[in-house]
Amino acid sequence: MADGASSDAFVEFERVQKSYDGETLVVKDLNLSMPKGEFLTMLGPSGSGKTTCLMMLAGFETATHGDIRLDGTSINNIPPHKRGIGMVFQNYALFPHMTVAENLAFPLEVRGLGKSEREEKVQRALDMVQMGAFGGRRPAQLSGGQQQRIALARALVFEPELVLMDEPLGALDKQLREHMQFEITRLAHELGITTVYVTHDQTEALTMSDRVAVFDDGRIQQLAPPDVLYERPENSFVAQFIGENNTLEGVIKEIRGETCIVQLDDGEIIDANPVNVTEPGERTKVSIRPERVEYNMDRLQEGAHTLKAEVLEFVYMGDIFRTRLRVAGNEDFVIKTRNAPDQVRLKPGQQIEIGWLPQDCRALDA
Amino acid sequence: MTLTRTLMATSALTLAAGMVTAQDMVNDMTLVSWGGAYQASQHNAYVEPYLAMNDGVSAVWDESSAEAVTKLRAMSEAGNITWDVVDVVAADAMRLCDEGLAMEIDFDTMLAPAPDGTPATEDFGDLLVNECFIPQIVYSTTFGYRTDLIDQPTSVCDIFDLEGFPGQRALEKRPIGNMEWALICDGVAIEDVYDELETEEGVARAFAKLDTIKDSVVWWSAGAETPQLLADGEVVIGSTYNGRLFSAIEEQGQPIGMLWDWQMFDIDGWIIPADLPEDRLNRALDFIYFATDTQRLADQAKYISYGPARASSAPLVGDHAELGIEMAPHMPTDPANAVNTFLFNYNWWASYRDDLDAQFQAWLLQ
Amino acid sequence: MAHAETDAQGRILAADGTPLKQSLQRALRAQKMRALLLIAPLLLFVVITFVMPIGDMLLRSVQNKAGTHYVPDLIPNVAEQIEDWDPASGELPPEEVFRAMVVDLQVAFDEKNHTQLGRRFNYESPGMDSLFRTSGRRVSGLDLETDGPFREALIDINDDWGDLEYWATIKANSGYYTNSFFLAAVDMERDSTGIAQKDPDQRIYRKLLVRTLWLSAVITFCTLLLGYPVAWLLADLPARKANLLLILVLLPFWTSLLVRTSSWKILLQQEGVINDFWVWLGFVERLSLINNQLGVVIAMTHILLPFMILPLYSVMKTIPPSYLRAAKSLGATNWTAFWRVYFPQTTAGIGAGGLLVFILAVGYFITPELVGGADGTFISNRIYFQFSAIGNWGLAAALGTIMLVVVLVLYYVYDRLVGIDNVKLG
Repeated sequence: MADGASSDAFVEFERVQKSYDGETLVVKDLNLSMPKGEFLTMLGPSGSGKTTCLMMLAGFETATHGDIRLDGTSINNIPPHKRGIGMVFQNYALFPHMTVAENLAFPLEVRGLGKSEREEKVQRALDMVQMGAFGGRRPAQLSGGQQQRIALARALVFEPELVLMDEPLGALDKQLREHMQFEITRLAHELGITTVYVTHDQTEALTMSDRVAVFDDGRIQQLAPPDVLYERPENSFVAQFIGENNTLEGVIKEIRGETCIVQLDDGEIIDANPVNVTEPGERTKVSIRPERVEYNMDRLQEGAHTLKAEVLEFVYMGDIFRTRLRVAGNEDFVIKTRNAPDQVRLKPGQQIEIGWLPQDCRALDA
Repeated sequence: MTLTRTLMATSALTLAAGMVTAQDMVNDMTLVSWGGAYQASQHNAYVEPYLAMNDGVSAVWDESSAEAVTKLRAMSEAGNITWDVVDVVAADAMRLCDEGLAMEIDFDTMLAPAPDGTPATEDFGDLLVNECFIPQIVYSTTFGYRTDLIDQPTSVCDIFDLEGFPGQRALEKRPIGNMEWALICDGVAIEDVYDELETEEGVARAFAKLDTIKDSVVWWSAGAETPQLLADGEVVIGSTYNGRLFSAIEEQGQPIGMLWDWQMFDIDGWIIPADLPEDRLNRALDFIYFATDTQRLADQAKYISYGPARASSAPLVGDHAELGIEMAPHMPTDPANAVNTFLFNYNWWASYRDDLDAQFQAWLLQ
Repeated sequence: MAHAETDAQGRILAADGTPLKQSLQRALRAQKMRALLLIAPLLLFVVITFVMPIGDMLLRSVQNKAGTHYVPDLIPNVAEQIEDWDPASGELPPEEVFRAMVVDLQVAFDEKNHTQLGRRFNYESPGMDSLFRTSGRRVSGLDLETDGPFREALIDINDDWGDLEYWATIKANSGYYTNSFFLAAVDMERDSTGIAQKDPDQRIYRKLLVRTLWLSAVITFCTLLLGYPVAWLLADLPARKANLLLILVLLPFWTSLLVRTSSWKILLQQEGVINDFWVWLGFVERLSLINNQLGVVIAMTHILLPFMILPLYSVMKTIPPSYLRAAKSLGATNWTAFWRVYFPQTTAGIGAGGLLVFILAVGYFITPELVGGADGTFISNRIYFQFSAIGNWGLAAALGTIMLVVVLVLYYVYDRLVGIDNVKLG
């Protein structure tokens, strides 16, 4: 699943394992390779091992086994302060007893830069995040968004080639978060820095990244660009973790190349795209995105299997309609339809028939 | 025999005082003492027998003798004296008597005569230091030494002989006693000691003598320290109360010897608070009459190595109640031990303690 | 937006027409009363057990009392007559003063107050205690009509009545208020020429005060040195382990202070465990670790350590580990990260712990008494001694007042330098 080591890789994890207690592995056999300039997001639920990976890369945790390389050199035995990696922390970690300018000058000072050079770089970094006038303030006098910008500027001021961000937007409200998502990606691309970004917010991951690594249970479940991840999840964890998803459970009846037939637990038969199922008789979880479900029979292919459904709830959400159905015993089956002038508004209690394109319906592991 | 006689005498007195007064006596008493082994000796020697003789009478101990003066002052101000008989040292008795807080005693009528008919005033002799104080025991501050670490000292002046008796000495951290010993060992006759101490030259002379051993002195402030210091080998000779040394030597079997030379006597005894109501006063006097008679004071010496205050008690001192050893040789009043003694001169010290103590502390600081 | 009604002066009115401010105050007053009722028991407790005794102490340090009475109330006639007498004249007071003394002493003797008077004057001039005590009964036997002149009569009773210094003392201390306790507390005295230093061999309190402050500062520094790493470790550990260790830190509080002090004696004495080990290592000279200033520092550092650790711990617990990580990620070495980033954030805890330990140390007295030997005693030992053994409450109060002022001054200086708002106790 993960990319193998490649010659132009800037950051590389090779067979990395991590255990805290010697009994269980928090990170199991991690392989990952990033080219220079990439914005990669590690996404996953808490406890999935993503933050541990970040900390190993930063040097605050040591790998129990395996090799981590930066620009071709193993950094396993290099202490954090010599790695030259910029880092933005979850709660910014701005030093409360220093002014904003002192915070920014800190990494330059410990590198022995002269005063004038420091001041110049600090000012440039502050301007970069549109905080030029705030150098004399204390962190506590800034809003959350402003603190976030300063933290970003501090991680960038010493011009590191690699920047790590550990859930940096978690403490911001929705609007500010969206704005900062844009700012961060813009800066990262403008400066051409390689970024590893950790979050548990899938929207953030999808909107910001070049590639997303979905973590679960100490492994990368799928590493892919956002669209691939959303449209072609490779297993049922990824399918359920990314975006909204309908799941139906059943048994594979027959596999014919690109399609397969699945008998659902209540006996009905549907078509699906076999992703990681191999032979008939296997149990499967079938995954269909809510916006790919059709109840207008005209749009369906000839001979496609359809299912009976009862409308349980209709929610008007402005741009879309969200309708909850009972399908094959599943009462949480959701469909989303665009609010177009010709769109039918379903009513609770209504009996309808639904269907989809076989390639949109992915038969995944149970 | 003596016991029966005294018992009969006491009962006779009770009878003689008559049925009239019997109902004018309360049946409960609050006795105040020091707690510990000393209070236990009082309880065993005369409180227990008194209660056995007087059906229905009960006694409660209050271990407040150390604060007797301040507490009696407070009680007197509040007009509610709850104590009936109070054990105090002579110096405190003097203060209480001076301030009118202790009742004046008519010794010959209120206390029992000696078995041979000698009146109490003669039997107690010099120990009747003021009108309110009924002496019970004589104790002394004297020196104990390690029999296995130094040669046997024969004179108190041996504490100033660092060559003959090398090692640390323990002395009390106050001028009382030390100043007298210093002058005695500097050749001043005992009767001139206090006149000498009233002069600046005399004080300087005493300090000069103490200077010769100052670097080898461990200063104690609690009586229990010296036996411990001796037992640990921390000091080879040190001053403390003779009862403490007795228990270290005889009860704990430590290799410690007792030096009887120029030991400083002090007296401990009873006072009755002034202005008790008549029924309580009668009970207190009845108890005191019994508790300070010749046999009772001799009995007390079975339990603790302090000398009975009556001359007539000395021949009656028997064996230790538990150890079975003869107690007389351990008494500070034993003629063999009392060759060179002086009585703690609280009259003189009352005037000069404050002043000499300041000088003593200043001397310690030098 | 709804517009509130306003009255003629433009004040905003509440719904019932009263000015808004007024009705707000009324609403708040009820709240305040309730709050006050809740703290009333504590307030009362603090006033009775803390404010009043301290006020009493401050007063006592200047009140000229013998026992419970003011001196001039006990010798009213002498106080009045002696005013015109000048000790510098070199002559004894006139006959009227002696007569007044007889009159006053007779009353004092009847009321058993003469010894208290003697004790009061004895603080200034040694010997007056026995003068008053021994004279009491015989003076009360004098007949005011027939036994004059009283100068001769008194001197006949006791030579010391002819001592000019004693009369000077009586004159100097016949007012309701006196500064003699404060003078004594700073090693000064009033002699015939005015206020002067005491003889060098009687000066103790200034020396003791300086020593107390110095040793307390050393102890505070030692607790910081030892407590800082412990607090850091505690703050760094997971909660469950930290709680366990915290209990260990607090464990000494469960044993009596005396027991702890005594065990230090056993450990540190010449024939003690540490010295035995020292000799076993091959050293010949045994170390003097106890009964001196070193012993006081060791024992009190141990005893006061929790008071440093706890405030440090509570401050350190609020510092997220990400600060240190951030510093390191920015290129700081372990030491720089600690010194530039972590340490400055713990100054509040250091301030709180330091202030707490220092103030506790300054007032300590059992430990210095037991392990201080000749040169390790504190001023509190003298305060206690004056209070309990001598009974000179005035001097004890004056010393206590000076200590209080010194601590307040230090507190003020600290506030100026560091800012008291920066002190966090938890």
